[in-house]
Amino acid sequence: MKRLRRTMMFVPGNNPGMMQDAYIYHPDSIMLDLEDSVTMAEKDAARLLVYNALKTIDYGTTEMVVRINPLNTPYGKKDIEAVVKAGVDVIRMPKTETAEEVIEVEREIEKVEQELGCVGRTQIMAALESTLGVVNAYAIATASKRMMGIALGAEDYCANLKTQRSPEGMELLMARQTIVVAARAAGIDALDTVYSNLNDMETFRKEVELIHQLGFDGKSIINPRQIEIINEVFTPTQKAIDKALAVIAAIKEAEKKGSGVIAVNGKMVDRPVVIRAQRVIDLALASGVIKQEDIA
Amino acid sequence: MSTLNERHTLAEQVAQAMGKSVYNNVEAHKDITPRLELQQKSPKLMTLEEAIRHSGLKDGMTISFHHHFRGGDKVVNMVVDKLAEMGFKNLHLAASSLQDVHEPLIEHIRNGVITEISTSGLRGELAKEISHGLMEKPVVFRSHGGRGEAIASGELHIDVAFLGASSSDPLGNACGYSRSENAKSICGSLGYALPDAHYADKVVILTDDLVPYPNTPNSISEHDVDYVVEVESVGDSSKIASGAIRDTKNPRDILLAQQAAKVIVNSGYFKNGFSIQTGSGGASLAAVKYIRQSMIDQDIKASFALGGITAHMVKMHEEGLIERLIDVQSFDKVAAESLKNDSKHKEVSACEYASMNEQGAATHYLDIVILSALEVDVNFNVNVLVGSDGIIRGAIGGHPDTAEDSALSIIVCPLLRGRIPCVVNEVTTLITPGRTVDVVVTEYGIAVNPARPEIAERLKAAGLKIVTLEELRDRALSVIGNPAPLPFGDKVVGVVMNRDGSVMDVIKNIVE
Amino acid sequence: MELKQATAGTMESGDIMIQIAPCEKEGLNIDLQSSVAYQFGDQIRKVIVETLEGLGITRAEVHATDKGALDCTIRARVTAAAVRATGKDVWKD
Repeated sequence: MKRLRRTMMFVPGNNPGMMQDAYIYHPDSIMLDLEDSVTMAEKDAARLLVYNALKTIDYGTTEMVVRINPLNTPYGKKDIEAVVKAGVDVIRMPKTETAEEVIEVEREIEKVEQELGCVGRTQIMAALESTLGVVNAYAIATASKRMMGIALGAEDYCANLKTQRSPEGMELLMARQTIVVAARAAGIDALDTVYSNLNDMETFRKEVELIHQLGFDGKSIINPRQIEIINEVFTPTQKAIDKALAVIAAIKEAEKKGSGVIAVNGKMVDRPVVIRAQRVIDLALASGVIKQEDIA
Repeated sequence: MSTLNERHTLAEQVAQAMGKSVYNNVEAHKDITPRLELQQKSPKLMTLEEAIRHSGLKDGMTISFHHHFRGGDKVVNMVVDKLAEMGFKNLHLAASSLQDVHEPLIEHIRNGVITEISTSGLRGELAKEISHGLMEKPVVFRSHGGRGEAIASGELHIDVAFLGASSSDPLGNACGYSRSENAKSICGSLGYALPDAHYADKVVILTDDLVPYPNTPNSISEHDVDYVVEVESVGDSSKIASGAIRDTKNPRDILLAQQAAKVIVNSGYFKNGFSIQTGSGGASLAAVKYIRQSMIDQDIKASFALGGITAHMVKMHEEGLIERLIDVQSFDKVAAESLKNDSKHKEVSACEYASMNEQGAATHYLDIVILSALEVDVNFNVNVLVGSDGIIRGAIGGHPDTAEDSALSIIVCPLLRGRIPCVVNEVTTLITPGRTVDVVVTEYGIAVNPARPEIAERLKAAGLKIVTLEELRDRALSVIGNPAPLPFGDKVVGVVMNRDGSVMDVIKNIVE
Repeated sequence: MELKQATAGTMESGDIMIQIAPCEKEGLNIDLQSSVAYQFGDQIRKVIVETLEGLGITRAEVHATDKGALDCTIRARVTAAAVRATGKDVWKD
């Protein structure tokens, strides 16, 4: 089963209480932040906290991501050393603008991995938070075989565009579509930006519906209360599930017969349908609307 | 022989035979004062000191109080200060509960004014001091239903009750709210004060809004009241919905509330006409918020909500989702206002609420109760009174009463509070026995009492994660490490009474 | 090891505030205030000592104000305070 990334929850890297609790809300990924949510004076302490938390706390199968400081700051290199040593799943690069930045981060990761004897273990994702980053989306997405996804960071991007965010999000449409297209072309995941007004769950839901329709795999979130809405929106309809189950059954049937041709109700099924069916099943399983034993 | 005069001799004979006198038609003056004036006064009206003197209170007697103002209460401290000033000693203070705000009692205990306490709970510094052995005699803890029953049966005899009211007329018709423009406070239901008003030898009403007779509809009747004292303030209403009963924004409480709501909806008891109660604690209070949508979607209405009534319940009542509210204690101002204005929002006494021997006690008609806990042990026993550090920091409330009487009792508690585990091997103090507890909801999974396999099946079928309490305990220990045993001494500082009048457990002192 | 006074951590729930200062006396002198002192006081002291010794610090005065921190948090905060007190980081420069 492909890993789902519907929800990537930000947790400030200098807040032990929140780091301890993050798991209970069952986001698909937890992103411990060493960058914007940590003041300069606390970078060293937060790095140690994140290192020790990753090494000790049982986060189950949740994907663990750490957002590091850029390499052109005094903190980036140490962040990489600490989190790779702690065994992080994914390093999230902030404000990425070029493929070269990814390659640099990859080089630093590899140095630490070589020392540990685990080359290739750490994945990378990049947040595109400027017009240049969005324009270079595909180059960034394909800069390293470690790349697992690209994400939109809308606040800086809007400032760069000389506009601000609107509830409808027209100003982000081009960036969102560019990112989804680049991610799909590169075969990696696309993640949407955060929505920070916790008092307006209606607009949040609309935004989630929009990015779901655009093809995003999920969204960065800042509060556990946002998880349920995203999961709801990403849960397939019963009709879609029934159709997907029929396709999966047909695949098994074809395998049994040793036939290369997959057919549902006498009609041939081609590859995109199979892939879509698998994703529908994964989402349905994750949201608990079907169980493993429901899949024939 | 048919004029009055002619019948007089005969009347005298009859009166003599009956041992009575004959009516003497003197020229008695009628009181011709306009009644509006009389409505402002009565011989019951006096100062606190006069009321205390008239009441015949003596050293060693029992005084009582209610806690409807919770953290905002001003009556206990005011009255006990006055009693100390008047030189009383060795008094037994029997409150329905005590809060952080009652810290000044520590000095009165040291000075021998108060030598015995009965209550539902203790918090703050007073609780800490008592846990360390401040008092010679152990504090007696009773549930709300247990206290009502003990008062009614005479086991807990009250000599003088001092009852704060947000309005009273000069005769003592009193309420937890006021209909006048001068209203200063509001606490809503006076449910815990009603047994005291009814059974105490003498009843003093303290009010911060003395209104003209008749203050009807009334909660406490003039019939039960001996003295009325006007005071500056009986309580700060803004502090009612604080502490254990604040509306939660904590994401973990919300998660627990949502899980509890799923348990309710899938329990088999979520049917048209069901009844529900939520206990104090952010997560349990919030649970009702999250069954609302399911009630609308499935067209299910509750026949009544019981207990500590909250703004959420009032809202659902006004929306038509909950037919009636039965209110022993109003948990916030919205609930208190609703009690005043809505005839389907009924006030009940502690006895009618949860007394074991009161046939019509509302808890007997309760389907589902959602309760919080400080600790749950692997045998489903619950502690809501003593912290895991051995310090008293809570209240029994209606916990054991509602757990026992309801068809389905659900405990919501986080697995960990900081480094303190809430699922443990054995509770620090036994308050609610495990046989009365059906479901435990934590953020790491839901445990169902093995005595209720049908509930476990229904919840599993609904896709909820069912775990054992042993698994939860082990998970907690793996996060926090093994706690060292508590340094208990040999002195008994508290006695926990079961609602049937038996001793459930004792609390030992903690030593530094 | 040469020490100057340094602090790390916060007073928030789940955290611990560690203050390290030079000490006249031999050994590690730990003053601990904790909301869970009865159950975890000894364990917290043990983690502080092990962490400091692991960093080669054997003489210091330590003031710890604990708000229910887990061992991993205590380790992180003690290390951060030690790094600040000695000026020697645990990561490569």
